[in-house]
Amino acid sequence: MRVRNRATIGENVAISESAASPAPGGTSDSFGARLTFGPDRPLRLDSGAGLVGYTMAYQTYGRLNADRSNAILICHALTGDQYVTDANPYTGRRGWWDLVVGPGKVIDTDRYFVICVNVLGGCMGSTGPGEVNPATGRPWALTFPVITIADMVRAQAMVLDHLGIQQLFCVIGGSMGGMQVLQWASAYPERVFSAVPIATSVRHSAQNIAFHEVGRQAIMGDRDWRDGNYLDHDVRPRAGLAVARMAAHITYLSEAALRRKFGRKLQNRERITYGFDADFQVESYLRHQGSIFVERFDANSYLYITRAMDYFDLAAEHDEVLSRAFRRTPVRYCVISFTSDWLFPTRDSREIVHALNAEAANVSFVEIESDKGHDAFLLKEPEFHKTLGGFLGGAAERRGLKKP
Amino acid sequence: MTGFLAGRPGGIRVDLLVIASLISDGARVLDVGCGDGALLEHLTRTKSVDGRGIELSQAGVNAGVARGLSVIQGDADTDLKDYPDGAFDYAVLSQTLQATRNPKRVLEQLVRIARNAIVTIPNFGHWRVRLSLALGGRMPMTDLLAEPWYATPNIHLCTIRDLTALCRESAIGIEQVRFLDSQGQTMSLRSLRFANLLSEQALFVLRRT
Repeated sequence: MRVRNRATIGENVAISESAASPAPGGTSDSFGARLTFGPDRPLRLDSGAGLVGYTMAYQTYGRLNADRSNAILICHALTGDQYVTDANPYTGRRGWWDLVVGPGKVIDTDRYFVICVNVLGGCMGSTGPGEVNPATGRPWALTFPVITIADMVRAQAMVLDHLGIQQLFCVIGGSMGGMQVLQWASAYPERVFSAVPIATSVRHSAQNIAFHEVGRQAIMGDRDWRDGNYLDHDVRPRAGLAVARMAAHITYLSEAALRRKFGRKLQNRERITYGFDADFQVESYLRHQGSIFVERFDANSYLYITRAMDYFDLAAEHDEVLSRAFRRTPVRYCVISFTSDWLFPTRDSREIVHALNAEAANVSFVEIESDKGHDAFLLKEPEFHKTLGGFLGGAAERRGLKKP
Repeated sequence: MTGFLAGRPGGIRVDLLVIASLISDGARVLDVGCGDGALLEHLTRTKSVDGRGIELSQAGVNAGVARGLSVIQGDADTDLKDYPDGAFDYAVLSQTLQATRNPKRVLEQLVRIARNAIVTIPNFGHWRVRLSLALGGRMPMTDLLAEPWYATPNIHLCTIRDLTALCRESAIGIEQVRFLDSQGQTMSLRSLRFANLLSEQALFVLRRT
């Protein structure tokens, strides 16, 4: 079956149908392109479990060139999705990296073929705990196997196989997306020409695991979570998920950004009310962030994906010698961090750079001055965009990619 | 953007061209203290080298990366130890040794990680420097040493003979020395003592012995 897709794939490139037998089923609906892998193509997971009959949802932008050398895989973050530039069908809001990706932009879709896959375990069309388990006809919920960053990357590789893309020109991602970038470069060095891990780390820190645990406990402590089976009861743990989002959102900002944006300003009132309304603007802002989040995200997906991040530890998989994760790596790297990011601070990026230097890898490293915290990679940061564009331009010349 | 390797108006410094002339096509090069990446860019364009840079200033790093060069923010004193032995064909340290905290250690690291280390220094033995201190009684300032004593990053200045002696003590082989004037043009001077008096800078090609 041919995948129907909003974006165009170069006309002289037919999507390989021999990659799978029977071919993965492709459909296109409000979730964009979806690929279903049949029972003959199970996904072996790090946990030891296997996932049989799973679906991956993805979006593409731009055109794949004749020799299939211009593909960029963008890996989205924890609560991101495959809608990089186009409107998210749930929220109607513009794509999360619309600032960076598009015709004539830093990641120029006139030059590159951009793919973004909803992560395994996600809730935007890829198989996850909110989807129906074909074996039981009921939502997976907590019967869904625990997944890892490496599992997500394996599932993405299956999608690329289907698209006939042997080597990515670049794999790019921030935060959890950056973890996937590192996993890609480590596990499939021959399939990655260049890699841009942004605001990320080779392992989740104790502090970051702690914040995730707060979020998970908020969800699991919500009466409507119902031991994970809320979909069977037609309810959702909205309050718990909103609290999880509020706590996490604080970690994406910085003290300076909060002070600049809100300070101690009051919300539509002259004085404090001696009560527990949202007196302060910052409270109102966080409540709003929580409430819009529950409209678009599944609570169990949040549990699974945060767990995948917690488990990520590239050094541990290589006897605590991180450089072994990148042994003789042929990949060109550009590591990027932001000065005010305290969730994935610059020292985490330096650790990546030190490990790559130990392999004499081709690596660039920039720290961008910003007071916007971890979320800076999603926001308007001209210096960041300039260096990312420069790196991609240099790599593209070496890869022999023509300018549009 | 006019192409990441577009030529810079005015070309590059003459002393950098002298360095470039010593580097073979397609070599693996590490430029330590690469500034805005002028040498790396030149080498990439004219010799197709596999070039990397280390630069202390973040602004310099970002400028280099934005030009498509592979540059990391780092420090010659602390970050050379990460690289494996013989990782590069050439390591370049241009007008930077005098600003390091431990020049001996830096030189040892350079010849460890590269088959050839190309090191250039401003010569503190030049007659104008000597005169300035001897007769003027003030800390010397020259074209190559342009900052006053209280603002200079140069904490370990040396003469050509000093560096020669250090290499001998450290079991670092001197493959080649070139004496340069302040513009970077090669001077033909036969004796080390004369060169130490007359050349404003010097280029050393060093190897581990």
